[in-house]
Amino acid sequence: MSALVQFADVGFAYPRPERSREGGFSLTGVSFTIEPGEVFGVIGPNSAGKTTLLRLLTRVVSAAHGEVRLNGRPIARLPHAELARQIAVVPQDAPRPFPFTVEQLVLMGRYPHGPGRFFETEDDRALAAAAMDATGVRHLAPLPLEQLSGGERQRAMLARALAQEPRLLVLDEPTSHLDLRYQAETAAIIRRVNTERGMTVLLVSHDLNLAAEVCDRLLLLASGRLARLGPPAEVLRREMLEAVFGCAVVVELNPATGRPVVQVAWPEGGGVRR
Amino acid sequence: MSAGRRLALALSLLGLGLALVAALSLFVGSAALSPGAVARALAGRAGGESVESVVTLQLRLPRVLAAALAGGALAVAGVAFQGLTRNPLAEPAVLGVSSGAAFGVVVAQIFGLGLSALQALGVASFAFAGALLAAGGVYVIAVMPGGLSIQTLLLAGVIVGIFFTSAITVLISLVDFNRLGGVVHWLLGNLTPLPTASLALFAALALAGFWLILRHARELNLLALGEEAAVQLGVDTERLKRRVFVAAALLTGTVVAFTGPIGFVGLVVPHLLRGVLGQDNRLLVPTALLGGGIFLLAADTLARNVVAPAELSVGVVTSFCGAPVFVYLLRSRYRAAL
Repeated sequence: MSALVQFADVGFAYPRPERSREGGFSLTGVSFTIEPGEVFGVIGPNSAGKTTLLRLLTRVVSAAHGEVRLNGRPIARLPHAELARQIAVVPQDAPRPFPFTVEQLVLMGRYPHGPGRFFETEDDRALAAAAMDATGVRHLAPLPLEQLSGGERQRAMLARALAQEPRLLVLDEPTSHLDLRYQAETAAIIRRVNTERGMTVLLVSHDLNLAAEVCDRLLLLASGRLARLGPPAEVLRREMLEAVFGCAVVVELNPATGRPVVQVAWPEGGGVRR
Repeated sequence: MSAGRRLALALSLLGLGLALVAALSLFVGSAALSPGAVARALAGRAGGESVESVVTLQLRLPRVLAAALAGGALAVAGVAFQGLTRNPLAEPAVLGVSSGAAFGVVVAQIFGLGLSALQALGVASFAFAGALLAAGGVYVIAVMPGGLSIQTLLLAGVIVGIFFTSAITVLISLVDFNRLGGVVHWLLGNLTPLPTASLALFAALALAGFWLILRHARELNLLALGEEAAVQLGVDTERLKRRVFVAAALLTGTVVAFTGPIGFVGLVVPHLLRGVLGQDNRLLVPTALLGGGIFLLAADTLARNVVAPAELSVGVVTSFCGAPVFVYLLRSRYRAAL
């Protein structure tokens, strides 16, 4: 079976160091594949190039070197709508100001399936309703997105991505605004869309423990280069993480799942906590 | 109720409202005609040279049509600029785009172009170019990595507006005043009866701009997600921005060429419509065409009659309505943003 996504020796540099948060970083010689049906995680410190990788995949920016392929076809030659039917992105947070309602937001996910249509069809409406049910925001449908809590906004954005019916669902820092309970729910939703809908999932996160818990394979980025690629237990090794993140860490196994758990080894005050 | 049904209902009501206001506007005015006389003229049963026929068909009717067109075009341009900048305060006059178009018109008048149909096309072209120049200037000044902030956008609009207003003053000072007959009156925003051919040209240009924006109304909604997210949903944002930008400048330029820079229609009308219909640009663009027509027609009827037999400029009336709405939006928006 051919790869769903393939990065072939991809290089990219922003034209000039922007002063924005994620500006100025680059990728060099990044090659990997995402196979159909897997949950794939991209991890690394801030500014390692995670956001750039995501932007390259969704054609917000174009590779300066190498090629990004989807189903073997270079994405540079795919029409925008075609790409959006294959890949849906759940952003870190909703844009502000955003005056539309939850239902209007979720219906926006149907755009790539009929970009020439003025109004959505009945089918579009039904799919949007099902997506809102799947993430538990159906009862919030008529409310403006801005009135929702962080967790509810995140689930509304996820519903929009599900309404897009992509083959690849990309989650960009899904837990950055969420408390423990929603983190657990997010992990559960990722597993569910993966197993029940057969969606391939790409998780971009600096939450190493979430990534370790839900991902089949992890890609560790460091300063725009691929540092390690493999199953969580192979990538989340103490020496590797200490070199990449620049601080002392402790790696243990989660007694419930057997997956790696990474903690900072606090330099003072007793170090390892058990 | 589905969006399609709501749109149909809103358009029916607004169409009825427009017909009523148009009728009212036809029947009142400084020439004291009886309603029966106006009706006779409209039915074509008054003699061609009779007073009621001249006043109704050659003065009032063209003016009613021009007001409805100008109001509709300005309101649609307002919705378009608001969608592009993601800011409910954006509007042709506030952004300085009207001033740019007015500069174009004054330049055209210096070249001796008037309001006959062919010359009107020339004037409209100059106005369109001026509007594009001003809108481009605002964009270049205000654009930041991460979008257009509300403060810089408004300041950029003020700066560009002042610049073109000053440029107009320079031109008026340099050129023999007699060649710019009535330019001061026109600069206040003024609806004069247009020849039929010019009116047809006005309608054609306004409808072209409207149609272009209407076709992209759904994509304008997606732009509210931010440009990056809109791209990821399959929108060609560069093409979208270019087209809507050009169409909004075309609408502004056309209105300014035929009626002068009338402010705040593009602010007041979309704001009122959002209060009733919500944020969906697919509902706002077509309803703004009719709602803007109603608003400017009502304002012009007021301007014609409130100090009769003298006249106020319609731009004065719209500014008196628009300024409070602007302040309200600015205050509520700042509360939300900070």
